[in-house]
Amino acid sequence: MNDELVKKIKANPKYQELTSKRNSFSLKLSIFVLTMFYGFVLVIAFDKELLAVKLGEGVMTVSYPIGAAIIVISFITTLIYVRRANTEFEDLTNSIKDDVKDLL
Amino acid sequence: MFRIITLLSLCAIALFAAGDASFEGKRDLNISAIIMFFIFIAGTLGITKWAASKTKSASDFYTAGGGITGFQNGMAIAGDYMSAASFLGISGMIYLNGFDGLVYAVGFLVGWPVILFLMAEKLRNLGKFTFTDIAAYRLSQKEIRILAAFGSLSVVTLYLIAQMVGAGKLIQILFGMDYEYAVILVGVMMIVYVTFGGMLATTWVQIIKAVLLLSGVTFMGFMVLASFNFSFETLATKAVEIHDKGQSIMAPGGFISDPISAISLGMALMLGTAGLPHILMRFFTVGNAKEARKSVVYATGFIGYFYLIIAVIGLGAIVFLNSPEGAVYFENGKLIGGANMAAIHLSHVVGGDIFLGFISAVAFATILAVVSGLTLAGASSISHDIYAIVMKKGLASEADEIKVSKRSVIVIGIVGVILGIAFENQNIAFMVGLAFAIAASANFPILFLSIYWSKLTTRGTFIGGFIGLLTAVILVILSPTVWVEILHYPTAIFPYKHPALFSVTAAFISIWFFSITDKSQRAQKEIESYDAQNIRAETGIGADGAVDH
Repeated sequence: MNDELVKKIKANPKYQELTSKRNSFSLKLSIFVLTMFYGFVLVIAFDKELLAVKLGEGVMTVSYPIGAAIIVISFITTLIYVRRANTEFEDLTNSIKDDVKDLL
Repeated sequence: MFRIITLLSLCAIALFAAGDASFEGKRDLNISAIIMFFIFIAGTLGITKWAASKTKSASDFYTAGGGITGFQNGMAIAGDYMSAASFLGISGMIYLNGFDGLVYAVGFLVGWPVILFLMAEKLRNLGKFTFTDIAAYRLSQKEIRILAAFGSLSVVTLYLIAQMVGAGKLIQILFGMDYEYAVILVGVMMIVYVTFGGMLATTWVQIIKAVLLLSGVTFMGFMVLASFNFSFETLATKAVEIHDKGQSIMAPGGFISDPISAISLGMALMLGTAGLPHILMRFFTVGNAKEARKSVVYATGFIGYFYLIIAVIGLGAIVFLNSPEGAVYFENGKLIGGANMAAIHLSHVVGGDIFLGFISAVAFATILAVVSGLTLAGASSISHDIYAIVMKKGLASEADEIKVSKRSVIVIGIVGVILGIAFENQNIAFMVGLAFAIAASANFPILFLSIYWSKLTTRGTFIGGFIGLLTAVILVILSPTVWVEILHYPTAIFPYKHPALFSVTAAFISIWFFSITDKSQRAQKEIESYDAQNIRAETGIGADGAVDH
């Protein structure tokens, strides 16, 4: 990639739009998943009893439902990301490529 | 080539015969299991033969020519991930400790969304054959390749041991074959798949196995739940009643004992996924960033579903194997083959001999497919990073590179067999946990910082990467697991079982420090070339096979 191309793409408002939108989107989602998981880990680390709290009369505790929920929510976040990335971000990327296609 | 395959198959059969010779006093031979097993071996050898005929260039060999779709790759990633450690190890851990096993499952899974958000498409846009291509994109080739090869090989070796142990135990139970012969058999098979079929064969074996494994566990989970009127609560109640630890299997417990270990393990599981060479390599088998993203969604979906069923299977194993009818699976008060075999015994309870045969063949396939992927990743690192780029300065011919790669496969196979025999009695999910710790401390920081931090320099990466790797390895050796259990010293020098918290921190801090204090001209240049790298990472412009218009 030559300097001219680098300069041109960097100055392209669509490129700035793509990177700022995508980076903030993926950062937000990452923080969400990290908070959820480390919240879970910190509870295990410092207060195991919190996960031993019973649901009703029987043996069931909150532990299994919470574990399962983290798995399901993690999957849903990947769907949310890809839905936006494979449409909006992909279109922006393609239009940036179009703008510089003479230089490629 | 086909002659060699036939020859090796004969060796395998000879090994079976050798196993039979020492058969007395072990379990009855399971005929249907053996038939299933041979059908599988024949099928996969067929795939390997087909793949071998299509594998011509280095790109075919390492990345299946970049022609895998997002869905196929998602399946293959799920296949890589649903390893013996996941299937046998986590179900065994739930069988022993209850909820602690699920903590591993959750940790293994949450790495995936983060890989997708932060790494997947950038990996695709920057890499070619190995993840090192990315770290070495703007840094000095020689240092980075050497460092990354060390990181890859350490992870691959540990992971390989875990799979070998699982395979050995499984075949031992199934055929009554001696553990050592069983491990050798796996080693031989794996060498055949990888050397002849390369990435294409490895990927297809992985996909087929993923489908079979998902069907198998679905059936098992269904049968277990069916016995409890599809009520998870009834299942749990019964499990608590029958388990020695009673109610405590419903909450985190002894296995993850102190806070530092818990945090450390969480960190290793989550960040380690993003540093596993055989998984990262899969992102180079798809055509572009869009397919790379899709493959993560499919993979996360399949893996998540799989872990949810494993939780049911683990509890099911507690109930069924501890019941009076389950006594046949015990010998001298111990589960035959150890806790790692809980899921295998359960398959016999719910589906009889034929289903046991199916599940055993699938479990064996799982191990074989995963060790093939691992070995390929390890061999690529030797042939592509060390041989072609460091030793031959990028001037090696493709034919020579592939030749070196195939020889490396044989060497890694032999090393895997030897270590597999040495580590016979370790819990396999735990071994994989350690592999993850090293991946998180050595590979992940390098990869992450090379993508996101413009001020990263070769010196920082080289010194910091080795500090991360060595800290992880040394702390593992000084930990209770190796120092006390394997080396038999009375007390461990490093009190925690999981090193990641310390080693990942050490890696990041030292990479940062040795980069910002690097005032050399080379460092200046490396910082300047970040912009060009970042544009390619963000857009895919200039990436192999990704420029489609």
